[in-house]
Formats: sequence, C-alpha cells, structure tokens
Amino acid sequence: MSKILALTGDQAAAEAMRQINPDVVAAYPITPQTEIVMNFAQFVADGRVDTEMIPVESEHSAMSACVGASASGVRAMTATSANGLALMWEVVYIAASNRLPIVMPVVNRALSAPINIHCDHSDSMGARDAGWIQVYCENPQEVYDLIIMAIRIAEHKDILLPVMVCQDGFIISHGVERVRIYEDRMVRNFVGEYRGQNVLLDMDNPVTYGPLDLQDYYFEHKRQQSLAVSNARVLIPDIVKEYEKISGKNYGFIEEYKTEDAELAVVSLGSTAGTAKALVDILREQGRKVGSVKIRFFRPFPAEEIAQCLSKFKAIAVLDRSESFSSHGGPLFNEVRSVLLESEKRPVIINYIYGLGGRDIGMEQLESVFNDLKEMAEKGLNKDKFINYLGVRE
Amino acid sequence: MATLKELSQRPERLSSGHRLCAGCGASIAVKQILLGTDKPVVVGAATGCLEVATTIYPFTAWKVPFIHNAFENVAATISGAETAYKALKKKGKIKKDIKFIAFGGDGGTYDIGIQSLSGALERGHNMVYVCYDNEAYMNTGIQRSGATPCGASTTTAPAGKVKPGKEQIRKDLTSIVAAHHIPYVAQCSIFHWKDTVKKAEKAFNVEGPAFLNILAPCHRGWRYPQEDTLEIAKLAVETGFWPLIEVEDGVWRFTIKPKQRKPITEWLKLQGRFKHLFKEKNKGLLESIQKQVDDHWNYIEKLASCLGDK
Repeated sequence: MSKILALTGDQAAAEAMRQINPDVVAAYPITPQTEIVMNFAQFVADGRVDTEMIPVESEHSAMSACVGASASGVRAMTATSANGLALMWEVVYIAASNRLPIVMPVVNRALSAPINIHCDHSDSMGARDAGWIQVYCENPQEVYDLIIMAIRIAEHKDILLPVMVCQDGFIISHGVERVRIYEDRMVRNFVGEYRGQNVLLDMDNPVTYGPLDLQDYYFEHKRQQSLAVSNARVLIPDIVKEYEKISGKNYGFIEEYKTEDAELAVVSLGSTAGTAKALVDILREQGRKVGSVKIRFFRPFPAEEIAQCLSKFKAIAVLDRSESFSSHGGPLFNEVRSVLLESEKRPVIINYIYGLGGRDIGMEQLESVFNDLKEMAEKGLNKDKFINYLGVRE
Repeated sequence: MATLKELSQRPERLSSGHRLCAGCGASIAVKQILLGTDKPVVVGAATGCLEVATTIYPFTAWKVPFIHNAFENVAATISGAETAYKALKKKGKIKKDIKFIAFGGDGGTYDIGIQSLSGALERGHNMVYVCYDNEAYMNTGIQRSGATPCGASTTTAPAGKVKPGKEQIRKDLTSIVAAHHIPYVAQCSIFHWKDTVKKAEKAFNVEGPAFLNILAPCHRGWRYPQEDTLEIAKLAVETGFWPLIEVEDGVWRFTIKPKQRKPITEWLKLQGRFKHLFKEKNKGLLESIQKQVDDHWNYIEKLASCLGDK
C-alpha cells in the first residue's frame, strides 16, 4: 500500500525520517535545509516519533552529538547545508573513521564567500574524500526513497559507513512534486531495528572510542575504511534489489536515459538530470541521437559502470555544479574522465561548470552543449572548448 | 559523603600504567572525581594530555566506556551519548542508572570548547563536565590559553626582553558557567581531596548538568619539581589564587576558606614560569598580580554574601 502526496524535497526527507523513527536527531537550522528539521521537530512535538531531539548550538555540535549517540549504539541522524557542512567538517571525517552509520540529508547550497543561499554542489563535493557514501537525488521522490535505503546501506555490518543523501537546494528542497509514500509499517520493516556493535553503552564490555593511533596502526585502520567503501560497491546492489521488490523502483549506481543508440550524452548529478531528460525527449523528436546519464552514487564511485556506459558514445559532456579551482575542470569531470583511460574506445569528453550559486540552467543552455558535442563528435576535440563555463557572463 | 573505607572500595576506573607524567595533576583529578559515584560511568575526553596518554592504541587505561571525539566537542559528544541513553531507557532497552562525564583541559574548555560546553549546559543534559585546569595548552607544549594566569611565561607568550609573559588576566570560566544557572558548579583542588570528592558526589547526584573546575598543576609547564604537585595545588588555595567555592542551586559559598590568605608571591616563587617576575624591573607586575588575586577574592566574597546561604 502506498499513497501519493504533494511534497517538497525537504518535506519528503522529513517524512522519510518520521518513518525511520531514529532514536536521536541532533540538528541545527540552515537555509535551505531548515524545513527538514522544522518538520521533524513538529513530528517530535506531536509525539509521532519516539526520537530524542538535541537542538544543538551549531552544526559542529550536531555532528559531534551524532557521533556520541551513534557510538552509543543507537540510530542517529542530522541534516545540513553549505556552511553548516563546512563547520562540521572535522567531525564529518571522524564519523566515517569511527565507522558510525549516521545518515545525513544534505541540501546542496553554495559555500561562502560571497554568501549565497542557492544551489550548487560545492558543499558536498568538498566532502567527497571524507569517507562518506554520497548519493545525489534528482527529485523529492528520490530523496524519500534514498534516505530510507541509506539507512540499510549505512548500517550493513560489512559497510558501517555514514551516508549523505544530497538534494539540490530550493530546486528540489522547496519544489513541490508528487511523491509516493509507503506505509509506515513497510518502511519500518525495511529499515529494521538497529543494533550497534561494540557500543559505548555496553557497560559490561567497555570499549574505548577515538584512541591515539600512531604510525604502527593508523594506516591499517585507514585501509580497513577503504575496504568498507569497496564492500559498499558490492553490497549496495543487493539493498537496491530488495528495495525494488517493495517499491518497484530500481536505484542503481547510475541511470541512463535514452542512451541505447545515442552518440552524444551529458553526464550530471541531481536535478539537472531531469532537465537533461526533458531536452533529450525534444531532441529525439527531431531525430537527434542524444541521451543523458545520471550518476546517483558518487561515493563509492561506480567506475566500471561509468566506463562501460560512456565508452559507447562519440562525445560526452560532464556537467559540474561546483568548481574545484584546479584550472583543470570540476570534480565530477576529472573522476569521470579518468575512468575512461582504460577503455578501448574513448569518446571526446569535455567539461561544463554551471549553475554556481543557484544560477538557473535552462534547456537552451543544455541544447548548446549538445551542439558543441555534435561538432566535436564530427571534428574531434576543440581544445578551446575543453573546460567551459555555462551560463556565466564573461 | 562516603567514608574513606567506602571510597577505598569504589572501583578504579582509570588504571595505573597510563602514560601521563609522574606527578601529573590531571590523573589525580580524574581519580578523585570518579570516586564521587559508585554508579557505572561513561567517560568522554577532549583531545589533550589526558586523552592521548591514556589511549595509545592498542592499549587503553580506561576500565569503563570511553570516547574521545575531537578537541572542542567533548560536551556535545557526551550530550549525544547521554541522549542515546535516554532514548534507550525510554524504550526499556537499558535498565542501569548510568552517569555521563566529560573531561576537558583548560584549552578544550575555556577556549576552543566553550561553545560546545555552553550549548550542552543550556540544553540541560544530565552530565558532569570536569575541566582539569593546568593553565595552558600542555599537550602541544605549554602554549598560553584563556586560563593562563597573568605573568606566566608560555611558549606562545614567553617572557622576553620586552614582554613579561602573558599580559592579560585569566578568564573566570567558573563564573561564566555559573551564569548558565545549572544546578551545581564548583571549583576544586587536588590537594583538598575530601572537598573534591564531596563536590563530585554532589555533581553526580544532581538532575541536569554539573560543572567542576579543578586546578591540576602541571610540573612540565609550571616548572617545579614533580614531587611538589600537591604542595603547589595547596598553595594556590592558601594564597586565594584558587578559591574553593561551590554554586549550588544559585547559592554561592566557600567550602574551604583560608583564615589568612598568604601573599601570592608564596605560590609564584616556586614556579619557573613566574621566575622572571622576581626581577627588580617587574616588581610592579607582582603588585598588580596580587591586586588581581585580591580583586577576584573580593568579587567571590561579594557573591557569597549577596547570593550565599541566608
């Protein structure tokens, strides 16, 4: 049984959290994430969840309290955006390194300065090496489904890693869409009861968390952490399949749209994939062989899937909604491009940095990308159009 | 308060064999304070000497559950653990009465951790926060903190040809904490162990947050022979530098009060960090430090008389 509700991405996140019914939520307001904690706080106030809420004085304390709670063996969640994520940075790494399965919706927003409250991926992209699993959602439906799935991924005994479920600030977080919501009972059965291992509150078997770990052991612990991410690569598809059985939705590492015979494709994260699909439909009607590829899981990075998918095109454009200031393109571009090195057939691959600080991306702009790709598929790489800034005044 | 015999039978939570220095005030402080309850405890520690010297992987000196997260967030971390406990207790998944305690040095409490501490106090978690105050960043090698007394030479505010060490007065954290109007706040000294254990018992027994600020001399940073730690702690009280006070439900009182305060120079002269103050050119400074001690003492006296027992 399920029902369709009109929800924003933030409301969908709060609804998923209500059904998950975590033991502890420690959170702090920040635009555009605030609606998640506001809605959730109302669920607490109305007795619709059993959660103990910690209204912390900062995001640094939000993640610190989540670490304390999760180490104690309970299910702990928080949510954040932009500068909030930047403030909790230190503890974001500590959460992953202590193998604490904290699930955190991240509502993507540009980092300061200058201060800007709108969408880009500079916040979560900066955290890409923090040891968290990262998923990027296209719409409120994915936000809802992926937060529920994230609990199972995070808490899997062979993974035990925290998960960021990212959604585009305002574009998804404040846009109302149809969202299919499952029965509470179904969601609670799917996520199950959480029982932590080696927990702080096991008074009969005391453990020490966060010891001093020097040259003789630190490296082994980091290696174990990287193996956990590799395990996630193998185990996520099982959890995806299990969720598909009850929802009918298949949330793979990547999602291809009309790529079977496509020669040109754009690669993107998040809501832009929706815009790309709409444009692909229009261009297909004109007989153009174009497609769209969405990367849903950025961590672990689905290298094989991406290489296999992209090597069939003649030319591809990677769309980055963040700038890494390397003078050599955005983070998504560089990772995607590197996996193609091993492919026998390598398409022309170019980069577009777009949408910083919430700058809108329209179909006309994406069409210009496909036009560039068409030209390069015929004539080869135009070095003047290798790294591009889309929709900016120069 | 428990009798000495009862205290002797309380479990040892921090085992010997940890790697804190011989003569370290912090480990004495920890042991005395943990004698304040016979209930099971969960311990958190901020980054600092206490944490690094008791948990060198694969060893731990802690016989009780212990968590270290980072430098500035032990209050928030323990507030998370305490809330997890509350959630489990509500669901009947945990029956025991567990006490939560956070230890931070003065760097982790007066300075970088003050926001996390203030937030946790305001939220009213049932926890005891203990600042073991050794008056500088000792773990990184004796750098000045907000708790460093005026005139002390540290590696980031050294005494030199033109500077006499730290030029500012120390932060009065105990008063700042008391302004949160939590049930129990106290200052303790490791020399006055009975007073400390009594205060720790009170701290563990209140509902809501309690705060203990315990002076924990560090012979490496203060520059005195390691066997003098307790003597130095005693003189800090006798000179009035470190008043032994408590604020219980808003009532300020001295718990131990020297009949006649000794001159502050009695305390300063035993410590290498103040050696330069005894040069002729710094005579004025010694006088101003005495005045600072007197002023603070008078401030506490006024509070104890206005807000003391009626």
